[in-house]
Amino acid sequence: MNLKPETLQRIDEVITHYPVKRSAVLPLLHLVQEEQGYISREAIEWIAAKLELQPINVYEVVTFYPMFRQHPVGRRHIKVCRTLSCALNGGYRTCEEFEKEFATQRGAISPDGEVTIEFVECLASCGSGPAVMIDDDLHEKVDCAKARALAAQIKAEAAARTK
Amino acid sequence: MTQPAQTDLITVTIDGREIAVPKGTNMIEAARLLGIDIPHYCYHPKLSVAGNCRMCLVEMGMLAFDPATKQPVMDPASGKQKVNWMPKPVIACFTNAAPGLHIRTNTPLVRECREGVMEFLLINHPLDCPICDQAGECKLQEQATAYGRGYSRFIEQKNVKPKRTLLGPRVMLDDERCVLCSRCIRFSKEVAKDDVLGFVDRGSYSTLTCYPGRRLENNYSLNTVDICPVGALTSVDFRFKMRVWFLKQTPSIDTESSVGVNTTVWSREGVIYRITPRRNDAVNDTWMPDSGRELYKQVRAENRLTAALAAGQSATLDAALAAAAELLKSAASAVAVVGSGRSSVDEQFLTRKLAAALKAPAWIVGRAGEGDGILLSTDRNPNTRGALVTGLIKALPGPQLGELAAAIDAGKVTTVLAVNEDLAAAGLTAAQLAKVRVIYLGTHANATSAAAQVVLPALTVFEKSGAFINQQFRLQKFVTAVPGPAGVSDDLATLARLLVAVGGPKLGETATTLWPALAAEIPALASVSFAGIPDEGLPLDSKPWAGLRFGEGASLHFQPAAAT
Ligand code: SF4
Ligand code: FES
Ligand code: FES
Repeated sequence: MNLKPETLQRIDEVITHYPVKRSAVLPLLHLVQEEQGYISREAIEWIAAKLELQPINVYEVVTFYPMFRQHPVGRRHIKVCRTLSCALNGGYRTCEEFEKEFATQRGAISPDGEVTIEFVECLASCGSGPAVMIDDDLHEKVDCAKARALAAQIKAEAAARTK
Repeated sequence: MTQPAQTDLITVTIDGREIAVPKGTNMIEAARLLGIDIPHYCYHPKLSVAGNCRMCLVEMGMLAFDPATKQPVMDPASGKQKVNWMPKPVIACFTNAAPGLHIRTNTPLVRECREGVMEFLLINHPLDCPICDQAGECKLQEQATAYGRGYSRFIEQKNVKPKRTLLGPRVMLDDERCVLCSRCIRFSKEVAKDDVLGFVDRGSYSTLTCYPGRRLENNYSLNTVDICPVGALTSVDFRFKMRVWFLKQTPSIDTESSVGVNTTVWSREGVIYRITPRRNDAVNDTWMPDSGRELYKQVRAENRLTAALAAGQSATLDAALAAAAELLKSAASAVAVVGSGRSSVDEQFLTRKLAAALKAPAWIVGRAGEGDGILLSTDRNPNTRGALVTGLIKALPGPQLGELAAAIDAGKVTTVLAVNEDLAAAGLTAAQLAKVRVIYLGTHANATSAAAQVVLPALTVFEKSGAFINQQFRLQKFVTAVPGPAGVSDDLATLARLLVAVGGPKLGETATTLWPALAAEIPALASVSFAGIPDEGLPLDSKPWAGLRFGEGASLHFQPAAAT
């Protein structure tokens, strides 16, 4: 496992917060996912060894929480809310719009590697749906037009980066 | 077993009946003592308590005391102390005996709880009992009969889960039948020390899985099949072979090692279908190794000896016995006897009698293996202690028959009586075997039977009755599960008749008739009768052998003498 020294340091530090090592499974998973974008099999086994557990114990946690990803995602992670309020306000159309923009399907990495779109449960912004989260930022009232604008912005940033 | 001291007993009241139980007893066990069944799935007496199935919900109450005066509050109607019943049910498996604890298991609330749990368990259950191996010994089936609605209110699509996952070489998983009790997970972790099973995903998608890339292949994996309350885990070997209600159960002993795991042999019309552990809290709890479950296959093995041979020709047993006696008598005092640590106590006793009648030295063959610290010990003979107790041997056996080999080379031994031991496997060379005349009593063909002048066929442990003495000096009996092959007489009869033929005393030819002689002659077995050996075995006094250095290490319920 190739983790940055800072991550390793934070991992060692966070373990000390708990009376038993096992309790540090969740924070460790978050730290690893933050750095690597997803939780690989290798990461599961590394965390298990680190916390003196068996890999199955960590694997159970990874599969229990939808926030942990077992596959790599695109550079940006777009989460479109699919729950009732947002759905009534056009969440499905929003999601399709993003898919069209990036020529991809939910769950997959877009061909340019830029994004992964996911249709997720309630993002806790039900009054201002359709709600969308791009990485850690919440976007409200994302109709198709706003979805196109957000997509354009992502593409522009990508172009700027590759220049 | 010593009775717990009176002070350790706590009186609890279950459905209005009082019972005194040791501290720490949970309510499922306490109710069991009263003959009250509290249905449960996840609870298992030999595993940690998980409390996740909720089938065991009961009503709980405590004796009422006035908070201010700490005086008991009396119920004027009954004149007894009042009970404060809690409004919500509790799980019996995680409720331990406490002074004044009251439990109700037969109220409408409890019944409703059970029905509710059953309804949820059944919504995603495939209801494929007609093709399920667990049918007949399935807790879900039993509980559905008692607490099922009889019809389903579930009109949605049932979940689909993997139906045929090989968790390992011997265990098959049907995830749709799993009730997520986690017994198999806890067993693997706590007893087999092989933590590879777990639940992935969530809610009704929860799925029992082995960690990707790992397998449930430890030598205890089949115990998960035994404790799975439903048909989710089944044995690859037993699967689809036989309906369990057709099978006869016979108590037996695992012959793999000196642990003496208690087993049940399941057979029908003379054919064995499976072997499962039999609970003995002093020996093997409710577990047994996978390797011991395969042993019934030796009964119908290709190389099974089914007829007597004399001088290479098939012969009647009488003729073979006469030929054997002739050989033994004509060899004067150049006979040696090789007995076996796999023979029963009774057979070893007769073997010793034979050696005495022939004035022959006797050995048994030591059989060392690796101990796993659970239920397989380093002594792979089930009855080394029996050979000591019966006086067949005085010292612990070595793995090789070195002394015998030397005696043969020196020409001091010209005839060998081998009881259930392959002399070649025990270190005699082909040349040494060729130098002597061999009388072989055994179950299967091998180099010794091939070299023998007389071959007397014998029975496997499943076809005869007898007793072994395990590493704890516990005398444990096994009884006939299936008849032996046609024409093969009982080993005790064969040995007893050979004994008479060589001029020895006439002794009993069955375990029951022989035991009086054992009891009379062997101090450790004085006052023991075969019928009187209890199912859980009989601990013998091991002091006379305290000076011997037995090789076994610690295992479940066993500490070597040196370490204590
Ligand atoms: S497979 Fe059987 S023992 Fe294991 S969790 Fe499922 S129901 Fe329980
Ligand atoms: S329903 Fe979309 S944020 Fe809650
Ligand atoms: S047996 Fe008590 S909760 Fe399962």
